[in-house]
Amino acid sequence: MSYTEATLQLLSPAGSIVESDASAEYLPYIEKLTDDQLREFHRVMVVTRAFDLEATNLQRQGQMALWVPSLGQEAAQVGSGFAMRPQDHIFPSYREHAVGMIRGLDVLDIIRMLRGITHGGWDSTANGNFHIYTLVLGSQTLHGTGYAMGLTLDGVTATGNPEKDEAVIVYFGDGATSQGDVNEAMIFAASYQTPELFFLQNNQWAISVPVSTQSRTPLYLRPAGFGIPGIQIDGNDVLISYAASRKYLEETRSGGGPRFIEAVTYRMGAHTSSDDPTKYRTDALTAQWGALDPIARFETYLRGRGASDAFFAELDEEAAEFADSIRRRTLELGSPATDLIFDNIYSEPHPLVDQQKEWLANYEASFAESEAAQGGDGQ
Amino acid sequence: MSETTGSQATVTDTSASAASPLQSMPMAKALNAGLRQAMLDNPKVLLMGEDIGPLGGVFRVTEGLQAEFGVRRVTDTPLAESGIVGTAIGLAMRGYRPVCEIQFDGFVYPSFNQITSQLAKMTNRHEGQIQMPVVIRIPYGGHIGAVEHHQESPEAYFAHTSGLRVVSPSTPHDAYWMIQDAIASNDPVIFLEPKSRYWPKGDVDLSNRGAKLHSTQVAREGTEVTLLGHGAMVSVLLQAAELAAEEGTSVEVLDLRSISPIDYDPILASVRKTGRLVVAQEAPGFVSVGSEIAATVTEHAFYSLEAPVLRVAGFDAPFPPAKLETIYLPDADRVLEAVDRALAY
Repeated sequence: MSYTEATLQLLSPAGSIVESDASAEYLPYIEKLTDDQLREFHRVMVVTRAFDLEATNLQRQGQMALWVPSLGQEAAQVGSGFAMRPQDHIFPSYREHAVGMIRGLDVLDIIRMLRGITHGGWDSTANGNFHIYTLVLGSQTLHGTGYAMGLTLDGVTATGNPEKDEAVIVYFGDGATSQGDVNEAMIFAASYQTPELFFLQNNQWAISVPVSTQSRTPLYLRPAGFGIPGIQIDGNDVLISYAASRKYLEETRSGGGPRFIEAVTYRMGAHTSSDDPTKYRTDALTAQWGALDPIARFETYLRGRGASDAFFAELDEEAAEFADSIRRRTLELGSPATDLIFDNIYSEPHPLVDQQKEWLANYEASFAESEAAQGGDGQ
Repeated sequence: MSETTGSQATVTDTSASAASPLQSMPMAKALNAGLRQAMLDNPKVLLMGEDIGPLGGVFRVTEGLQAEFGVRRVTDTPLAESGIVGTAIGLAMRGYRPVCEIQFDGFVYPSFNQITSQLAKMTNRHEGQIQMPVVIRIPYGGHIGAVEHHQESPEAYFAHTSGLRVVSPSTPHDAYWMIQDAIASNDPVIFLEPKSRYWPKGDVDLSNRGAKLHSTQVAREGTEVTLLGHGAMVSVLLQAAELAAEEGTSVEVLDLRSISPIDYDPILASVRKTGRLVVAQEAPGFVSVGSEIAATVTEHAFYSLEAPVLRVAGFDAPFPPAKLETIYLPDADRVLEAVDRALAY
């Protein structure tokens, strides 16, 4: 268990609001949330989980090159996702399916990428500024930092108008904190005082290696060394994820400089569909975290606020229908055109690429001619 | 353009009109002038790197630019190469045109992931939805008597990576125009500056661009053997050609200029004329730019060749301590040894 005395929480594992000196600073951020908004949090968590399980099944049935489960991390993602403003820019790692959904992404685009149809999959400008996934761990933290430097140069942040001021949020995991790029990103962010929130999902495992191998100090203490304020939150508590992200995003967009949140959560599933967690962790540990399930906790809270059985039943039905639609649409996806190999390597002509594209087209056409010739012989 | 240093003076490009303003300056100054012009032309151009502000870079290429354009456009970054290139990618996503200075050739490797896996593939990964107009300036090559990691020629690593453009000027004139063309390119460009050529002066025609960025140029005409090289090697080849001429051998010298893409038409035209090609480079020869050119020329001009394409290169050894660099690096004599071998077939 990696909670510490510093772990901030608004919703206890039993599903009740935590009132303490520590939580007092964050409670105002959730007080204005309406029942509809809270139910929307729950809806996205439940639908994301159904989507994620369906995609895992599709991989097991040979329909995906790979799948990267988000199981167990829904609260960290949904809370931070709803804390953003429309003008914010998101640089995800590769597991932030719920954030994509919140930003308006058709998550079939994630399927397209992990099925092997594209390396990217979507245009961030048409999908809530949700940038495409980055597979080399931590690389995107520098891209987000550079983008945030650009926001400052453009004068679209820290103008005093939170409705317009733009900010960046970068997502990464506990394994990535050991990467040089993540550390360099924090150095650049601090030097240039970027409008940027570093959002760490500490899911305890970098494939098979526990977080204790990445760091002997709680990860939320690292940013202090860079001159960046950091806190640790219960990543399975959607309310503190929302409140802390909201608070830190408002501080950074108003010119306060970069911020850092460590969301302590747990990767309930495998790292990817190629992984086998039974080789390196015990069922008992997973069960321990299963008891802290973010969705079950929030359901208890919503029931306490009056949500009915019918609400949850309808939601389960909606999630199942969504998963079915993902399955159907996945199976309908075609293959990319051969030209995708060559197109868009460069923005401007490059003779070597052009020659090889032409060669391949002629090579493939030669088989078609050969087949046509055979057909002409009446075979 | 003409080189004005020593016996290498050779006039080839005469496209500049007689009335055009020629200014004699070293390559470092020409690059400075080119960067300045690019910044004047486009407010989105940013310079970023280590020590490029008040100091003007360790080679003074950016001297005076921070004073003129301010710290927002000419930025001393933290000392982290991956950070420089990675944040440049983010700035390019935001619509800027960053020009990154890597201090020395051997210091580029900490940014290798950001250059080869990120910058080079970003447009492709986005299926053309975004462009990456980022220039990475790298002072490279030997002949300066420096310590380890300060004399290397890493061009093959980048030429091997699809998505990058790789160029290297050999004269102040080309440096002035090629840096502006590189900045104007919407693709990432690895801009290799031959640091041993930073200080010899040459004429720069400030009004006439001359050759395109990705073109190979004839630096000296000849008929019996073609010599091909890039960056600082071009001056060595011109020296070799001069020595060969004294012995009655007519040698043609080509300045490659663009390493990716390679402009094969002038190379093949020259080889069809001379029948012999020697490719020279400071970089080690194994799996190198010279190897690639040798293979391609053999494929496309096989019946024109009177001799195999020969390579003259740095040895396949780590760049040695400076006291041995003149033995390690190909000089005019090593080039002429290859010319003799080519002529003996």
